[in-house]
Amino acid sequence: MNSKKMQLNKNLTNNLITYGLVIAAFFVVQGMIWTGKSSSLMQGLLVPLCVYVILAVSLNLTVGILGELSLGHAGFMCVGAFASAFFSKCVQEAIPNSGLRFFLAILIGAAAAGLFGILIGIPVLRLKGDYLAIVTLAFGEIIKNIINVLYIGKDGNGFHFSMKDALSLHMESDGVLIINGAQGITGTPKDSSFIIGVALVLITLWIVLNIIHSRDGRAIMSIRDNRIAAESIGINITKYKLMAFSVSAALAGVAGVLYAHNLSTLTALPKNFGYNMSIMILVFVVLGGIGNIRGSVISAVILTLLPELLRGLNSYRMLIYAIVLIVMMLFNWSPKCIEFRERYSLKRLLKNRNHNKKEAE
Amino acid sequence: MALLEAKNLTISFGGLRAVDDFQISIEKGRLYGLIGPNGAGKTTVFNLLTGVYKPNEGIITLDGKDITGKKTIEINKAGIARTFQNIRLFKELSVIDNVKAGLHNHHPYSVIAGILRLPKYFREEKKMTEEAMELLKVFDLDGEAEYLAANLPYGKQRKLEIARALATRPKILLLDEPAAGMNPNETQELMDTIRFVRKQFDMTILLIEHDMKLVSGICEELTVLNFGRILAQGKTSEVLNDPEVIKAYLGE
Amino acid sequence: MSFITYLINGISLGSVYAIIALGYTMVYGIAKMLNFAHGDIIMVGGFTVFTIVTTLGLPPALGILAAVIICTVLGLVIEKIAYRPLRKAASPLAVLITAIGVSYLLQNMALLIFGANTKSFTSVVNFSGLKLADGRINITGETIVTILSCIIIMAGLTFFINKTKAGQAMLAVSEDKGAAQLMGINVNGTIALTFAIGSALAAIAGVLLCSAYPSLTPYTGAMPGIKAFVAAVFGGIGSVPGAMIGGILLGVIEIFSRAYISSQMADAIVFGVLIIVLLVKPTGILGRNIQEKV
Repeated sequence: MNSKKMQLNKNLTNNLITYGLVIAAFFVVQGMIWTGKSSSLMQGLLVPLCVYVILAVSLNLTVGILGELSLGHAGFMCVGAFASAFFSKCVQEAIPNSGLRFFLAILIGAAAAGLFGILIGIPVLRLKGDYLAIVTLAFGEIIKNIINVLYIGKDGNGFHFSMKDALSLHMESDGVLIINGAQGITGTPKDSSFIIGVALVLITLWIVLNIIHSRDGRAIMSIRDNRIAAESIGINITKYKLMAFSVSAALAGVAGVLYAHNLSTLTALPKNFGYNMSIMILVFVVLGGIGNIRGSVISAVILTLLPELLRGLNSYRMLIYAIVLIVMMLFNWSPKCIEFRERYSLKRLLKNRNHNKKEAE
Repeated sequence: MALLEAKNLTISFGGLRAVDDFQISIEKGRLYGLIGPNGAGKTTVFNLLTGVYKPNEGIITLDGKDITGKKTIEINKAGIARTFQNIRLFKELSVIDNVKAGLHNHHPYSVIAGILRLPKYFREEKKMTEEAMELLKVFDLDGEAEYLAANLPYGKQRKLEIARALATRPKILLLDEPAAGMNPNETQELMDTIRFVRKQFDMTILLIEHDMKLVSGICEELTVLNFGRILAQGKTSEVLNDPEVIKAYLGE
Repeated sequence: MSFITYLINGISLGSVYAIIALGYTMVYGIAKMLNFAHGDIIMVGGFTVFTIVTTLGLPPALGILAAVIICTVLGLVIEKIAYRPLRKAASPLAVLITAIGVSYLLQNMALLIFGANTKSFTSVVNFSGLKLADGRINITGETIVTILSCIIIMAGLTFFINKTKAGQAMLAVSEDKGAAQLMGINVNGTIALTFAIGSALAAIAGVLLCSAYPSLTPYTGAMPGIKAFVAAVFGGIGSVPGAMIGGILLGVIEIFSRAYISSQMADAIVFGVLIIVLLVKPTGILGRNIQEKV
C-alpha cells in the first residue's frame, strides 16, 4: 500500500513541477514586461510560444502515449483556427464582451477540431505506423487545400457557400464576405493574450496529464505497448485509440483558436497549416522525449526561441537550426552515443572516484 | 453441464486444416491440459477459444452461452482470460499498472471523472490499487509493484501475465506454456502457484504445456493434439499410457 | 483530343513521380525509414545542372553526369553520417526526425548559395517534340524523354534486382537483416548501395522535373518528394513495380484533376485518392499484407 501511495505522490510531484515550471516562466516574462526589459520582438513571440507548447503537448498524446505517428496535427489546428475565427467574426457585434466571445470561440474551435479528429480517426486508425503517418499527412493537406478554395458570405438571407469564387456566392448588396478563399478571414478580433495563452497551456497540461494517470490513460498505453494483450484483457481498442486521437485533435484546435485570434488576417498557407508545421511539432515532441510531457513543453519553447536567438546570424540561422537538430538527434538516440555518454557520465566518474578512494583507504 | 464446451471446431489457413474437428468439454474447477508436438495446433485452439480467429465450423459455449465468433474483448468480458506463449506484457507500464489494466472493466469511471479528478476517480483508483496489490501478493510480486514490467526477470514476467489475466475476473483461465523457459525449481514453484490459484479463486484452468512433469503433476484431464486432430482425450494417467500418444511423442 | 494530351502529360509527370518513388520505396524497403530528405536531393540535382549548364554554359550531358555523381555522393554521405548511427536506435522516429533535419539542412544550404529567387531552368532536352493529328496533339520533347527514361530505369532496375548478386543481396537485406548478415552479405554496404541508387535516380528525376517545369527554388523538391512518397505508398511501399504504377497513376490523376476539376483542388484530390486506396487496401495496390502472429 505504501509503495502505491509513493507512486501517486511521485506522479503528483512530477506534475506539480511541470505546472510550476510554466507558472514560473510566466511570472519571469511578465516581470520583464512590467519592468520594461522585454523587446517588442519578444512580446510578439509570447502567444505563438503558447500555441506551440499546446500543439507539442497535444501531439505527444498521440505519438508518445498512444504510440501512433501523426503528421497531420497542423490540419486540426487549422480547423480550430478557422472555425473559431469564423464564429468570432459572425458574433463580433452580437457579443461585445471579448472574454465571453473568446471563451465560446475556444469551445467551438476545440469541438470542431475534435469532431474532425473523430471523423478522420474512425477510418484511419485501423492503419499502422508509416501508413497512418502518410494518411494523416494527406488529411492535413486536404483540409488546408479545401479552406483555400472555400468562400462563405453572409447577407440578409443567411449564409452563402461556394468553392469557386466570391462572385458565385450571389449575395445581396448588404452581404459581407467572411471567408474569402485563399485570402482567408480578415478582421478577426484580437482576443488572444499571453495570460490567456498560459492559462490554456495549463489547462492542456491538466487534461493530458490527468488522462495519462487515469484508467483511460492506462488503457491507451496498454494498446501502445501490446495491442493483442490489451484486447485479451477486454480493452476496447477502437474506443481508446479514438479517444486519444480526438482529444489530441481538439487540443490542437484550441491552439488554433489562440493562433487565429492573435492575427488580424488568417490564411491557410503551407507555412502555418501545411505538413511542414506538423513536422515541426513532431520535432518538438521527439526532441523533448516521446511520451515525456514536460519535455514537450521545454523543447517547444527552446526550439521556437532558438531561431529567434540566432536572428543575429541572419541567413545562417536556419542552417544552424538544422545542424543542431541533426546533432541533437544523433547525440540523444544513437546507441553508440548513449553508450559513450553512460561510460563518461559525470555521475559515474564521481562514483568511480569515490570507489577508488574507498579502495585506497 | 460443462463450463467450457467446444464442438467440432475447424479452421483452415490457405487449405491447411490447422485445427480439425476439435472438441473439448471442461467441467468447472478442473485443471485441464492440452498437449501435443510442436505445430499440432494447440495455440490455434486458444486463438479460436478467445476469438482471435473465427472458426470455419463448430460452436463454443461458455457457461451455456454461445460465444462462437464473438470478438476477443467480448469473450474476455464473458469470462475467458489467457496468457501468451511469447510473453505479452505492457512493458512500459509498471507491474501494478499491468494488473490495474486487467481490472479496467471492473472499476469504471468516466473520462470526465478522470480529468476533473472527481471523488469517484479517487474511490475507484483506491479500490483498483488494493485489488491489484492483493493479486501481486499471491504471485509474490508485491515488492516489485513499481518496477517497469520490462525490467522483471523472465519467470516473474510469466507470473505477472497470469496475475493480469486473473484481474479480469475470468471464469476460466487459459495458460499458454506457462513453464516455457523456466528451470526445474521455477517450474516446481509455478505448479504450486497454479494449484494455489485454483483453490484461492475457485478457478477452472486450461493449459498448454510441453513439460511432462508439470502436465502429469497437476492436470486431471488431457487432450492430445496431433496435426490439428485429437489423438486422445481423457484422464491424465490413461491418456499418457495410450500407445498412440506414446508413438506420437517418441516416434515409431 | 485534349484528353489524349492530358493523358500523355499525366503519364509524363507520373514518370517523374515514379522515378522518385523508386528511390523512396527502395530505401524504405531496405532501411525501413522514411527518407524525408529524398525530395531535396531532387533539388540538389536541379541546381547542379543549373549551375553547369546555365551559369557555366557547359553542355547538358556534362551537367546531368555531374548531377548524378554529386547526388550519389551526397546520398552516401548522408546515409553514413546521419542515418547509419541511428539504425539501431530505440525508436524508429529518431531517424525520421534526423531525415527532417537533413532536409532542412539541404534546403537552407541551397538558400545560402543560390538565394530564394526562382531560377529559370534551361531544359536539357533540345529537340522540339511531336505534333500529331494535324497539330491537335502536341507532345513535347521533355515528355518523350521523361517517359522513355522512366521505362529504361524501370527495366534496368528490375534486371539489376533480379539478375545481379548485389540486387539479390538487396532483397535479402530488406527481408531480414540478421539472416542476410549470417549468410555473409555486407549489410552496411548493401544499404549504402541502395541509398546511392536512390539518390542517383533522384538526380535524374530532378533534371527531368526541372526541364518540364522550368522553375527552380530551394523548395522545389519538397512537394514532389511528398507526392512521390504518396505514390510509393499508393503502389505498396517496398515494391518496385508498385512505385511505378503508383507514380504514373498519381501523375495522371493530378493532371486530370487540374484540367477537369480545379487546379487549386488537384493536390487535395490526389491525397483523397490515396486515402481511399489505403482504406480499401491498407498496404497499397501491390503491397504485401503481413499479419501479426499471436
